[in-house]
Formats: sequence, structure tokens, C-alpha cells
Amino acid sequence: MDNKDCRFRIADCGIENSPSLHPSLPRGEGGGEGRFGHWNLRFLSIWLFCLLLVTLLSVGCQRSRAGITVAGSTSVEPFAELLAEEYMMRHPELHIYVQGGGSTAGIEAVRTRAAHIGMSSRSLAPREKDLYAVTIAKDAVAIIVHPKNPVQDLTLEQVRTIFSGQIKNWKELGRHLHPIVLVTREEGSGTREAFQKLVMGKEEIALESLVQDSNGAIRQVIANDPSAIGYISLGLVNDQVKAVKISGVEPNLTNVHHGKYTLVRPFLFVFNGEPIGEAKSFLEFVLSPQAQKLLLKEGLTPVLQNLD
Amino acid sequence: MQVKENVIGKILLLIALSSIFILGLITFFIFEEGFPLILKVGPKAFFFGEKWIPSKGLFGIFPMIVSSFWVTFGALILGIPLGLSCAIFLCEWVPPAAGIILRPTIQLLAAIPSVIYGFWGLIVLVPLVRNYLGGPGLSILSGSMILGFMILPTIISISEDSLRALPPTYKAGALALGATHWQTIWRIMIPAARSGIVASIILGMGRAIGETMAMIMILGNAVKMPSSFLDSARTLTTNIGIEMGYASGDHRQALFATGVILFFIIMVLNSLAIILSKRRGR
Repeated sequence: MDNKDCRFRIADCGIENSPSLHPSLPRGEGGGEGRFGHWNLRFLSIWLFCLLLVTLLSVGCQRSRAGITVAGSTSVEPFAELLAEEYMMRHPELHIYVQGGGSTAGIEAVRTRAAHIGMSSRSLAPREKDLYAVTIAKDAVAIIVHPKNPVQDLTLEQVRTIFSGQIKNWKELGRHLHPIVLVTREEGSGTREAFQKLVMGKEEIALESLVQDSNGAIRQVIANDPSAIGYISLGLVNDQVKAVKISGVEPNLTNVHHGKYTLVRPFLFVFNGEPIGEAKSFLEFVLSPQAQKLLLKEGLTPVLQNLD
Repeated sequence: MQVKENVIGKILLLIALSSIFILGLITFFIFEEGFPLILKVGPKAFFFGEKWIPSKGLFGIFPMIVSSFWVTFGALILGIPLGLSCAIFLCEWVPPAAGIILRPTIQLLAAIPSVIYGFWGLIVLVPLVRNYLGGPGLSILSGSMILGFMILPTIISISEDSLRALPPTYKAGALALGATHWQTIWRIMIPAARSGIVASIILGMGRAIGETMAMIMILGNAVKMPSSFLDSARTLTTNIGIEMGYASGDHRQALFATGVILFFIIMVLNSLAIILSKRRGR
């Protein structure tokens, strides 16, 4: 009886909560009273049982494996994952959980001890100096354009005026007539902060620039738009985009290593106090020659000199 | 039997209450986190400020409020005519066999995850807009088109339901008086079902304002006052979505405060939908 009333009410008012799921309401049918009650009870108990099971399972899983959590910058994340895999191959008893979230979030997580190690793609801000930071590698920031864009070489000054919005058309740089589309990272991103510090100085990045929330998304936009310009981690430049020279210096590992290419920022591991236990042994592995060689192969500049 | 019924009733009541409890909890936290910042920045600077530069302590969300409404109205311009004609067709003309295929297809439109809409828009729609209309392509126009498709199921199913819920005497009376089929629909049925149709549009609006993932991918997220449909824009939801990963301190609170505004807008829209749908039949 109740059921029927309910249906009519819904149909009457013409709206319901998830309209898309049942645009045409079932009408008129329905089993006997007794069978219905029986069904309800069985359904309810099965449902409650499932809920209990899921809760127990998830609690159980969390406790079953010892491990450390590494969280932070999405620029460092892929490299940290690689290192964690290598490390876990050598130490199968330990599990390393690598999570993204961003430099600032990673640093916060270390402070609140939600993570054992924070990853940061920028130097620590003055108010974060109480934490213990170790540079695990250096990464260059590349200025990228579409491969078809004739621009090969820009000065730092030109990059600054482009990104501050003073130059709005490629024509002003003596190239084809096309409005410049700026692509930048969101506020708080480590890459953006590094770019701000290394390139922009006191100038602001123009407000009309498009904002994308990862290196990959910026690369995607640039790869699709012949008049766009953006910046990403050098290790993530591929043949979909073109990295421009800065005052004639090509962004590559040799030039970064010799200090010729200056748009370089540190990749940090951040700890709350001196690293101890498993976090310490993971850090030692990351700073070991094998791990540093791995980072070099992936396009970063290692902190360890003289890797043969 | 009676005892059993009672137990079932109590358990269901408990479960139902838990969902309301969770809603209350969410509301409480959004306000607790967001409200202090609105007071700190000053409500005027927060609502009507045109600059959003968290690193410099500037939290003006006016461009985002405006962009949210631009995108939403763009979506309605596309969604209302399409959705309403589809509902009328489904209600009045559709051959039974076609209806069997059409209705589930429209439901499927609602089941597609928004990230798929976003991805499709990014790969197909954005280059089209860029090549044929100019601008960066990641624009309000592209976003509105995608949103227009996304709100179709809401508009179609609720409008169709409200057209079907009309007493059959309306239609029969009009036809008996010599009105054509189209006149009956246009002059009698649509005005009579008006409140339900308006409610469907408002619920569609709510969906459009709340959409996040697809919009992050398509709108381009530039924080400035939009001046044309080909401009990139950032809505209230995408502001939260794109910056939450890196935000801390005041910046994080400002994102919660953005949530407070969004909460009010959605509440007003849903209340409107409920009030309008109650007025049915007058």
C-alpha cells in the first residue's frame, strides 16, 4: 500500500532526486504483502552484512603491511615511484606508498606526520625552514612551444615580457602573426613557484594565461595549439613539444650539469626532524650511485658528482 | 510480524538519518573553514574583488561567479531547446519501438562519467573552436556546449514526466474543440506543465553550475573577467578542483569559502525548483 502512495507522490510533483535514472516510473505492479516484507528483510540483512565486510576488510588491509608514505609534488612523483619500485625489489618486506598532492601539501603532510617523507619541487619557504630537507636531484624547467612554431631561441627577458602579458602577438618577436596563448600552472605549484622565481622575478604572470594543473596537461595543450607557450619539467619534454633555447643555450642535461642552463630547481625530500629507520634507509638508497644513475637516465641532474 | 516491521522501520530510519547527518557535517565544515576567511578578507573584497592571486593575499572571486553563470547560461541556450523538443517528441510522437531505444540511450547520456565528456571535448571540440572561431579553443563556448549535452538527460526526463502527468482530459478537451495536435501541445500542454518544465531547467542549471572535472579540462581556467564566449574562464567549482592540491593556510580556506558561495547558489536553485514544482496545477 505504502509503496503505491509513494509512487504517486513522486509522479505528482514532477521531480525526483535522480531523474535520469528512472525517467519512466514503474506503475501498478507489486507482489503480495507477505512476500514483500520477506524480501525487504533479506535484502537489508545482506546489505548490512556487505557493509560490515567491506569495513572489516579495509581496516584489515591497512594493518597488514608495514610501510612508509611518500607524498607531495606531482613533478617528483613519477621519479619517486620509480625509486620506490627499485627499493622494494631489494627490500620486499617493506612497502613504500607514493602519493601526489603537490609540494605544499606534501610539506604539510610531513609536518602533521601524515607522511614520512614529503616531496617538494621548490626550495622551502622561510616558515618551513624548521623541517629537514635533502636535495635528491636537480631538475630544469624548459620553456616549450608547439613543434611547428618557428621560434627557436628566446632571451630570459623575452620570456619574462611574454609571460607578463606585455607582448601579446608572436609578430612582435618577428615571427608569424598570431596571438600568443600563455599556459601556466596553478597557484601553489612548485613548478610555478620555481618559474616565478627564476624567470619572472617581481613581474606577475599575466592573469589571462590558461591554467593547467599538471605538467602533462600543459604539454597536451601546447601540443595541440601552434600559438601556445608554456613551461614544464625538462624530464617530461617529449617530441610532441619543442623546448626553446634560452639565449642560445639548449636545455639539456650537459648544459644543466655545467651550470650553463640556469632555469634549474631542486627536487627535495622533506623530513620532520632527522630521518630515522626505514625513511632513512630509503633516503640512503636514493642518494646511492645506482639510484642517482637511474635518475640521470630519466632526465634529471643527479646531485652525486662523477657518476661513471 | 508487527515487531519485525517495527525493527525494519527503525533500521531504515537510522540509515536515512545518517545521510542527513553527513550532509549536516559537510555543511558545518565548509562554513567553519570558509567563513573566517570571508570575514578576514572582507565580504566586499571577496565577492566583488576581480583579482585572485593567493600568493599575494588577493582573494577576489567575482570573475569566477560571473564565469559560472556565463557557462551555465550558455549550456541552457543549447540544452533547453534540445531537451524540450526531445521531451515533447518522446511524449507525443515517438513510435513505441523507437521509444524503447531512445529512452535508455538518453539515460546512458547521464551515466557517462564527466571526465569522458571532458576528454572528448578537449580532443574534438576544442580544436574545432580554435581552428574555426579563433582564440585558444579552451573557452566558455566549448565548455557550454559540453555542459549543454550533460544537462540534457535531466531536462528531458523531468519535462517528459511532467508532460505525462497532465490529466488526459486536457489533451482530449483541446482536441475535441478542434485544436490541431501541435496547437494542443504548444498552447495547452506546455503551459499546463510549465512548473515541471521550469523545475527541470533549474535542476539542469544546478547540475551545470556544479560540474567540475569536464570544466577543468575544457575551460582553460584563466582567472579573469570573461569578455567573450571565446575567452578562457574559471568557474567556482574548477577553482576548488584545480588549486586544492597545492593550497595551504589562507589559500585553502579561500577555497572552502568558494565552496560556501557555491553552496548558497545551489541551495537557492534547488529551493526554486521545489517551490516551482509545488505550484503545479494552478
